[in-house]
Amino acid sequence: MKIKVKFFASYREIAGRSEAVLDLTDGSSLGILLEDLKGRYPKLGSLTDSIIASVNKRYAKEDLVLKDGDEVALLPPVSGG
Amino acid sequence: MILVTEDDFSVDDVLKKIRNERTGAVVSFVGVVREEDRGRKVRKMEMEAYKDMAVGELSNLREKAMKKFGLEEIAIIHRVGSFSPGDNIVLIAVAAGHRKEAFAGAEYLIDEMKKIVPLWKKEIFEDGEIWVEGGH
Repeated sequence: MKIKVKFFASYREIAGRSEAVLDLTDGSSLGILLEDLKGRYPKLGSLTDSIIASVNKRYAKEDLVLKDGDEVALLPPVSGG
Repeated sequence: MILVTEDDFSVDDVLKKIRNERTGAVVSFVGVVREEDRGRKVRKMEMEAYKDMAVGELSNLREKAMKKFGLEEIAIIHRVGSFSPGDNIVLIAVAAGHRKEAFAGAEYLIDEMKKIVPLWKKEIFEDGEIWVEGGH
């Protein structure tokens, strides 16, 4: 299945891109996707804090099972206002 | 009214829009770019959003605050793009029957926004730049 990944702010700079499309085994969870991304972008893997992510524009936990066409975003600690 | 936009806003125009015949109090909060942060001189500030999700989270917050404080109306405008010291960044405007709910609602909205809405601030100094982490 194909998953669209978006990188924002400091994560965009660390990954060196704002978007990617990943091919994952059906039934993969958000946690598996994050581990995959940490392997592809070692600087993401070296972050000490766990990465907060959204699936289809809602905050999601790592055990959420992804579906084909889902949009995942990696969200650094927010600082609006 | 919920907006995440590059455009500046007129506080007067927004305050006129949110009041109605039941309104007894209107509170507005405007966040502005400071020229100094933690002892360093700010040259520029950049604001980035995950726009669709930010609008969704702000809409949820608006609904929560309307119920929690019994407010009449809320407007939130958050700007994105590149800014200089003195520029407007955010407007939160609350209309309520009475002042206590209006003040409490406005404070709740800005505090919660800083915790959960996907917006990111980069400060550019004379001698470097940082992504700000966590509201302050």
